[in-house]
Amino acid sequence: MSVQIYTPEAFHRQAHDALGNPQIRRNFRKAMDGLMSKRRDVFSDWDLEALRELGANIRLRALAKLPDLLERLEANCQANGIQVHWAENGDEACRIIRELCEARAARAVIKGKSMVSEEMHLNQHLEAAGIEALESDLGEYLVQLNEQTPSHIIMPAIHLNTDEISEILHDKTGTERTRDVDYMTAAARAQLRERFMAADVGISGVNFAVAETGTLCLVENEGNGRMTTTVPPVHIAVTGIEKVVEHLRDVPPLYALLTRSATGQHVTTYFNMISSPRKPGEHDGPEEVHLVLVDNGRSNIYQDNELLDTLRCIRCGACMNHCPVYTRVGGHTYGTTYPGPIGKILMPHMLGLEATKDLPTASSLCGACGEVCPVKIPIPDLLVRLRREAVGEGRGNVPGAGVKRSRKELLAWKGWQWLATHPTVWRGSTMVAGKLRGLTPTKLGPWTEYRTAPKPAKASLHALVKAHQHKDGEGRS
Amino acid sequence: MTSVKLYPPKPEKVYFFGTCLIDMFFPQAGLDGIRLLEREGIEVVFPDDQTCCGQPAYTSGYQDEARAVAEAQLGLFAEPWPIVVPSGSCGGMMRTHYPQLFAGTPRETEAREVASRIYELTEFLMHVCHIQLADKGRPEKVAMHTSCSARREMGLAETGPKLLAQLGHVELVEQERAAECCGFGGTFAVRHPEVSAAMVEDKTQAIEATGAEHFVTSDCGCLMNIAGRFEYQKKAVWGEHIASYLWRRTT
Ligand code: SF4
Repeated sequence: MSVQIYTPEAFHRQAHDALGNPQIRRNFRKAMDGLMSKRRDVFSDWDLEALRELGANIRLRALAKLPDLLERLEANCQANGIQVHWAENGDEACRIIRELCEARAARAVIKGKSMVSEEMHLNQHLEAAGIEALESDLGEYLVQLNEQTPSHIIMPAIHLNTDEISEILHDKTGTERTRDVDYMTAAARAQLRERFMAADVGISGVNFAVAETGTLCLVENEGNGRMTTTVPPVHIAVTGIEKVVEHLRDVPPLYALLTRSATGQHVTTYFNMISSPRKPGEHDGPEEVHLVLVDNGRSNIYQDNELLDTLRCIRCGACMNHCPVYTRVGGHTYGTTYPGPIGKILMPHMLGLEATKDLPTASSLCGACGEVCPVKIPIPDLLVRLRREAVGEGRGNVPGAGVKRSRKELLAWKGWQWLATHPTVWRGSTMVAGKLRGLTPTKLGPWTEYRTAPKPAKASLHALVKAHQHKDGEGRS
Repeated sequence: MTSVKLYPPKPEKVYFFGTCLIDMFFPQAGLDGIRLLEREGIEVVFPDDQTCCGQPAYTSGYQDEARAVAEAQLGLFAEPWPIVVPSGSCGGMMRTHYPQLFAGTPRETEAREVASRIYELTEFLMHVCHIQLADKGRPEKVAMHTSCSARREMGLAETGPKLLAQLGHVELVEQERAAECCGFGGTFAVRHPEVSAAMVEDKTQAIEATGAEHFVTSDCGCLMNIAGRFEYQKKAVWGEHIASYLWRRTT
């Protein structure tokens, strides 16, 4: 398998390729169908609406107090012995992490799954500095072996099926070709185990950072997160500034929503709460714990009282699992760190609308994402808002706003507006369209490549209603 | 969004907002909707100056143009009668997005008031008219595609199927992944034609697999998309708006 670079600019071409790839289509359809039905089952005996309402409110409250909570988080982490670093963008975060590694003369770091580290391309950055970064999440490990990026935020290797995984492991690590999932898991596990022991630094993400206690929560299933954060002498946790919540008691509802929405699990196998480095007298745990808080466009989103909702996200991936577009084109097609609906509303802030201009329109606004989002982010409304920004009718505060401003398109809409605000002309034109229906073009751009063209009716509804009322009137008199 | 809605008693008069798609391409569906309401003893007022709810521009990001068109509709409903719309998509636009669209403008209050009187046709027949349908057609199977806006924006996944269930000789068959979008999405079908095509292809296959020769929808956007795909492939399966189907089966 050759390395392919995906970019958001090439969304159309990548979508074309994915749609024509039966393997990709099958892998995603099957995986998403499974995830959807698991989620449905696991919530079946819950008052899901009440729980979502609670989740949304917890996140809204945290965001309303964000500056204050971040300060409290910093103070309480420091009091616990966790060193806190602030990074304005991905490059700065990479530099901070590299310097922390260099201070320990680290040659090898082991990573737990962290989408923020993907967002800032940490692996490439570390490798350029001569530091080997190895992914320890099984899916991420496979993706890394295959020189790819994750295609899903929860299940990075969801685009691969068993045969492909077997092939990758065989090619890159010399295991037997097999369809035995247990064998492959055990092989990967053994390979990773060795590396854990040799790693100088462990890097992880954070699911919830609790301000009142200075606790970092990490949700995972494989135990690799626990290894990453306890075995190496240094643990660096990296996360976006929006991951903070106020109270410890805010965590259980969000956790309940996260695992059920993501994988349909009641609980995950591991739930780590990291509250300090190793204390005197303790036998294990890292000597140093660092928290790197990354902004990378988030505080700009925060300035806008509508777009702000984007920051509620708890990265469960349910919006992807339920998205009819994602299901068909797969995660790589988006060409962005976060694919699917959350990617479409988040990535324009990180990469600018120039690069991502095709993402907000790549939605039928069917609303499946907003319906399942555990923190009730109105994703379709945010997509429409970004479309406004792209055509230059927004508030102009998204990077690249106005990139799709087009005189031609604006004129077309102005023409439509004129017609639809002049009822007499409107009625006249539907009448003319009806009379000339024989001349309706049978080719209507892309529409008629797959469907027949609609034909204007002989008489419009306006005309039918007139005739109908006339008949009624006669009937009565 | 899914808060409990209290329905008023059956009124003497309603406004009917036909939608631009029905006006131009599917007028029979609009007329059949009007006849169903009239048969329930309701006088239907069709404001002659109505054009379009403004949704196409709204979802394309052209909010100012959408607002201008929406504003031209606001004044058409002066009396406090319910406004019935034979489309979940236009109904959703008027009910949920008009208040947002006019927020902070002089007509905000009026927009909110109009929005509060919007009902989708099947919703109105079911919950306000408490319609009782007497089926006069021959036994047949039918599939239904409820539009995403009716289903999610307006919370009306049930009304269409429940009305069909009143038809004694009709067997409603459910296609696989019934809740999934058909791929229309207005300008989406034109801006992302290949993705949209993949979606409508799956939808037509699912409907065909039910063995129904006929399907109904509550939205003419979906109808144009799904029926257009069937027709393109020269398949025998055909579709119509649920209003036409209900009228046809009960007269
Ligand atoms: S937007 Fe909502 S559904 Fe999507 S990943 Fe975030 S929390 Fe989950």
